[in-house]
Amino acid sequence: MRFCRACLVALIVALCFAPGWETARAASVADAIAHFTADDFSETLTGIKAIASSGDPRAETILRALQDGQLQFSAERKAVYIKDNSGKLTDAATGQPISGDAPADTDNVRINNRLRGAIDAALGGLTLLAKSPATRYDAAQAVFKSRQASALPTLVAAIANEQDPKVKHAMQEARAAIILSGAASDQDKLAAVEIIRQRGDQDSLGLLASLPTNMSATVMKRVTAAINTIKNRLALWEAVQNAWYGISLGSVLLLAAIGLAITFGVMGVINMAHGEMVMLGAYVTFVVQDIIRANDPALFDYSLAIAIPASFLVAGGVGILIERCIIRFLYGRPLETLLATWGLSLILQQAVRTAFGPNNREVGNPSWMSGAVDVGGITITYNRLWIICFAIAVFIALLALLRFTRFGLEMRAVTQNRSMAASMGIRTSRVDALTFGLGSGVAGMAGVALSQIDNVSPNLGQGYIIDSFMVVVFGGVGNLWGTLVGSFVLGIANKFLEPYAGAVLGKIAILVLIILFIQKRPRGMFALKGRAIEA
Amino acid sequence: MTPHILIRSLDRGAIVFLSAVACIAIVVPVLNLAMPPTSALYVPTYLVALFGKYACYALLALSIDLIWGYCGILSLGHGAFFALGGYAMGMYLMRQIGTRGVYANPILPDFMVFLNWKQLPVSWYGFQYFPYAALMVLVVPGVLAFVFGWFAFRSRVTGVYLSIITQALTFALMLGFFRNNFGFGGNNGLTDFKDILGFSVQAETTRNALFSISCVAIMISFLLCRAIITSKFGKVLIAIRDAEARTRFLGYRVESYKLFVFTLSACMAGVAGALYVPQVGIINPSEFAPANSIEAVIWVAVGGRGTLTGAVIGAVLVNYAKTYFTSGFLAAYWLFVLGALFILVTLLLPRGVVGTLRQWNALRRDRASAAAEDGVREPLPAE
Repeated sequence: MRFCRACLVALIVALCFAPGWETARAASVADAIAHFTADDFSETLTGIKAIASSGDPRAETILRALQDGQLQFSAERKAVYIKDNSGKLTDAATGQPISGDAPADTDNVRINNRLRGAIDAALGGLTLLAKSPATRYDAAQAVFKSRQASALPTLVAAIANEQDPKVKHAMQEARAAIILSGAASDQDKLAAVEIIRQRGDQDSLGLLASLPTNMSATVMKRVTAAINTIKNRLALWEAVQNAWYGISLGSVLLLAAIGLAITFGVMGVINMAHGEMVMLGAYVTFVVQDIIRANDPALFDYSLAIAIPASFLVAGGVGILIERCIIRFLYGRPLETLLATWGLSLILQQAVRTAFGPNNREVGNPSWMSGAVDVGGITITYNRLWIICFAIAVFIALLALLRFTRFGLEMRAVTQNRSMAASMGIRTSRVDALTFGLGSGVAGMAGVALSQIDNVSPNLGQGYIIDSFMVVVFGGVGNLWGTLVGSFVLGIANKFLEPYAGAVLGKIAILVLIILFIQKRPRGMFALKGRAIEA
Repeated sequence: MTPHILIRSLDRGAIVFLSAVACIAIVVPVLNLAMPPTSALYVPTYLVALFGKYACYALLALSIDLIWGYCGILSLGHGAFFALGGYAMGMYLMRQIGTRGVYANPILPDFMVFLNWKQLPVSWYGFQYFPYAALMVLVVPGVLAFVFGWFAFRSRVTGVYLSIITQALTFALMLGFFRNNFGFGGNNGLTDFKDILGFSVQAETTRNALFSISCVAIMISFLLCRAIITSKFGKVLIAIRDAEARTRFLGYRVESYKLFVFTLSACMAGVAGALYVPQVGIINPSEFAPANSIEAVIWVAVGGRGTLTGAVIGAVLVNYAKTYFTSGFLAAYWLFVLGALFILVTLLLPRGVVGTLRQWNALRRDRASAAAEDGVREPLPAE
């Protein structure tokens, strides 16, 4: 132990004041390396430990070479070499190219899983002193997981030197882990348990659960208490995570269903081609990104800002075209509308398949949408976060459009009483066309969002159409709030059922629940009240 | 009593239709079995199998027409009943394989051995007996339809809501049947059948027999449907189709009528599925796909909603077109054709082929009688 500490001090000093020490250290590395030539696993282990504690700047290179299977030894010359990718040998101890002939009998220094663990731990200990805080943090985490007692001296020195509070914290946790696994006084162990308890993640739970049971009663009691605390905390975070996933799924459902809520809810038109409007929006995103990539890659971060209005216009335009050419002849015949729009969805899918090919197309995430942030025990990815914001924004915009604009007023009037609205001078057919265009355009914008998290293929829309209908049926037609509540309730319920029932059974359970729910409230949660319902 | 109802229900068109089906049921096997392969009149065996498939689809279309054409219930999940009937038959056929499977297990079908199951799931008990399997072909779709319909009709889920819920039903079943631990072969479904009632499934005679049986099933179902729609019960069904609320106010138990006809229709679809499986040699969860059910609805729409002959003709026409298109270089265009069919039929031909022909006939007769006696016009039946 004292030897280790001495080496460590030597290492730190050496790092500060460089050259004069080189020969002395080279000697100790050379001694350590000699263990590798024995071609024996336990000898190699001794060598790894010796190198780790040698404090030599070449230690990391040698260990990495060993890890990657690039370390060669020659039994005849009692020498060890590093073989680089081109097959050239350099002397492991000095880093110099070998002089004279290459040795004839070189062979890999063999390693097994036990040695790999030892190498990882040794490297973890070494990189605790690295320059970059991120590397040091990772090293501390590696030590926490490996709990190699040999890393303790390095760790203690590193903690003393550490400036970055986050890294320091991680190192203290690693030290606590080592203390708990090894021999230490009860007081040290109690403090260590406290640190681990505060960390409180799955790894800490694993650590505490795997501790030897021969410790003193006080420590054991504290450990059990800590395990319970951590379990509760993890259960809480799991619930939070499920809720987050549920909200995320809910926002996707909201985006997909809100356009449907307009066409189905407001106009009473079943649009089975709604999913294909979503799909068109996703393909518009693909085309926009393709054009940007070809012409001005610097604009790539703004591609979605361009794609959103573009997809709204394209999908909305297609929607108006559909309304004028097909749907307006079928008003009052909802079942026939359903069939005609289903046929349309087949045509649109096949058209896209013909134009873009049947395979998934690559749609990239802009830089501001990639990455993630850790909040407590869960990871929040930025793209999901943005999609939730986008869904809410679209919802509010639509609500405002319906409430405050003349078009919204006309739309509501036509919904409530078509003939009365017509008598008041509202051009109902124009309102119909624009409403259908609006619903389709919103679906197109949903496609932009979905292109960020889903595969862009001709079948994209089909995956959402039944779910969207479920949301609208569940939430009730003719009311956007119903869609909002419906999508989030279904999204969250889905994610909470998944861990217990599995993804597929969870989905089936949701469908059955909706069918039962329809029994109670055949017109959904937020049904329009009044005599106009039974048309 | 019953024969009386059946005979009374037949008009000239129905008799022509029944005789035509009967002719086909006899002529096709004769041309296949008795003619030498060199003869111009010879019907190859693959065509017999194809016709048999069409016949099953026609039966499915008939069952959809009974509820959609005469009671206004648009089910987008009838493929589920079809597939359930098919699975019941498939389970019987699987049990018949016995030791001839890859793993030669006398009790367990191959996929169960593969999944390392030790004993037969309870749901498979009894399927080695044909009568039990045949009963299940009717009972399983019937019970599902009864339970589902009881819930749906009692709470007055109608119109498009019902369509969407039925679609969700078949979607949920599809997800379930795709799972291995559901116990029905998962992804791959049931296949590799050997024989049915002791006859090899592959043999020419069996294929011809199955084809003829399918035709007979169409005829029986047609007679049954005719008997229902020409009876007083059928008049109430049509009244429900045209004005459900009014019928209810007149004192009829609308939901009971709907429930009966929906369950009957599901049983018919189950029989269609059961006849389908031995002829195509496989049943897998993709039969539950909502798209299949919707496609079946368009057969009825093309032939003519509310005309029983139309449903059969529509199913054969559309499926013949499908075979024609998907077998050649036109395969990529089939979905365009199918999609266009959906749109054009609903926009331009809302009565379907048979319905439009009948309308023309009625108009001509009307005009002729009007010219002859200048009398009062008979009103056209309400849509």
